[in-house]
Amino acid sequence: MKEAYITGVGQSEVGVRLTRSPMGLTMDAIRQALDDAGLTFDQIDGVASYPGKAHGYLGFSPIGVDEVIEVCGIKARWHMGAGEIPAQLSAIAEAANAVKTGQARHIICFRTVYEAAAMSRPDEFPPLRRDFVDGSSQWTAPFFAISAACWVAQYANRHMQRYGMTREQLAQISLNANRNALLNPNARAITKKVLTIDDYMESRLITTPFCLHDCDRFTDCSTVIIVSAGDALDEVSASPVRIAATAGAVHRHSWDQAEWMASYDTGPDLWAKTDYTAKDVDTVQFYDGFAFFPITWLEALGFCQVGEGHKFVEGGTRIARDGELPLNTAGGQIGAGRLHGFGFAHEAVTQLRGKAGERQIPGDPKVAVATSGGGPLAAALLLARD
Amino acid sequence: MSVKRPRPRLDADNRPFWTGGDAKNDGGKLYITHCGDCGEWTHPPRQFCRHCQSENVAPEAVPGTGRIDTLTVNHQAWMPGLEVPFVIARVALDGVPGVVLTTNIVGCAVDEVAFDDRVRVTFEEQDGVWFPLFEKVS
Ligand SMILES: [Zn+2]
Repeated sequence: MKEAYITGVGQSEVGVRLTRSPMGLTMDAIRQALDDAGLTFDQIDGVASYPGKAHGYLGFSPIGVDEVIEVCGIKARWHMGAGEIPAQLSAIAEAANAVKTGQARHIICFRTVYEAAAMSRPDEFPPLRRDFVDGSSQWTAPFFAISAACWVAQYANRHMQRYGMTREQLAQISLNANRNALLNPNARAITKKVLTIDDYMESRLITTPFCLHDCDRFTDCSTVIIVSAGDALDEVSASPVRIAATAGAVHRHSWDQAEWMASYDTGPDLWAKTDYTAKDVDTVQFYDGFAFFPITWLEALGFCQVGEGHKFVEGGTRIARDGELPLNTAGGQIGAGRLHGFGFAHEAVTQLRGKAGERQIPGDPKVAVATSGGGPLAAALLLARD
Repeated sequence: MSVKRPRPRLDADNRPFWTGGDAKNDGGKLYITHCGDCGEWTHPPRQFCRHCQSENVAPEAVPGTGRIDTLTVNHQAWMPGLEVPFVIARVALDGVPGVVLTTNIVGCAVDEVAFDDRVRVTFEEQDGVWFPLFEKVS
């Protein structure tokens, strides 16, 4: 079987209540990724996204795969826009499978989010209805556990109860995100000033133990990752990053019935598919829709024991850019906006290519893990520069 | 919490759960789907047992008592008019191994709720749906 590589990355303007249209942002990111890879539209033969166009809640996902095929004039041999896959980054994992098996040569993978703009223009983008609920949310929303914050906070609280995690330890995720975001030009609309531990402890509570700084915020942006087949690299000008392994396991697909999040099913499965081990990893880009998630990913992927993630991040030195395992070097979603998963792949590739500018980590990094998801959603990508 | 609760859309699978609190059901009971073949419980309710895939399943009244598995004190008003703070908790039900319910703990101050507290179901009716809330057992 062929190998799969990431050969181009792109990101539109990142903002809050942007006026440029969702398709405009998507095209900006696609053009940037094509330029990065040295590819043109006529070389693209696949398109993938997560979760597909969200009719009924357009701010969450305003652009469909079929629209991109149409607007870009792509003669697609393979495409997929799906929500019932392990998590956001699984769109990239599925694209990797497609190029490995010869179904396409170059695939545009995109995730466009427009929740901040949509909320400011409800006539154009009607909000999600809350009066009737069905599907899995019927088991939480009737109790006003409406945001995922309420669901995830209960896991975080249990970690405090069971393993002794403190708010000061949890805060390290947000403080680290803030430090890194301040060096990320694409995060300027989201992070504008230094966050101190005092700011953190004094900020308003959302749902215990989470305060405002433990949560990402609605953002408008499109992020694009181009996935190419190993035998098509001679068509590409950028330095490729190999997708060495992907995983997305879930043993109980429920936000409240599962004892553990799916990250704990996915982490061991990633290592089962590769000769690399956690010790080989130079940087991790872990989904941080809420600050507790990276702590679970550290445990799930074996960077520490289960129940010790909070000790791993204590003081923030290990996860800093010059630490032993730099985490969320672009600021993650807490520092750089809710890009919904794709930002982690974008930053992992940027770091592995040595193109992260002021926030570049030292030591010529060669291996990275990017993850997305929480609760029953989990996907992991192992990325390597050969 | 003066604002109306988001209301589940009732169907054949979930109706016994969301209407079990009606007093005409033996004074109001919590119903969880039980398997007549393997004896295990399935929640959310389905027409198949999630343990042995049997279709010999039916809603069964359970004691309605339990223990707080985990909780969060919610301070954010997610809907206009929602009064805060309030407690969202996950309750592990007595006699129903493997099933927890997300719910609200009512009838006491938010700082009086703790892990492992013993609780009992109490129903709140709204437009033909009986929401199973829990209160502390003193
Ligand atoms: Zn059974």
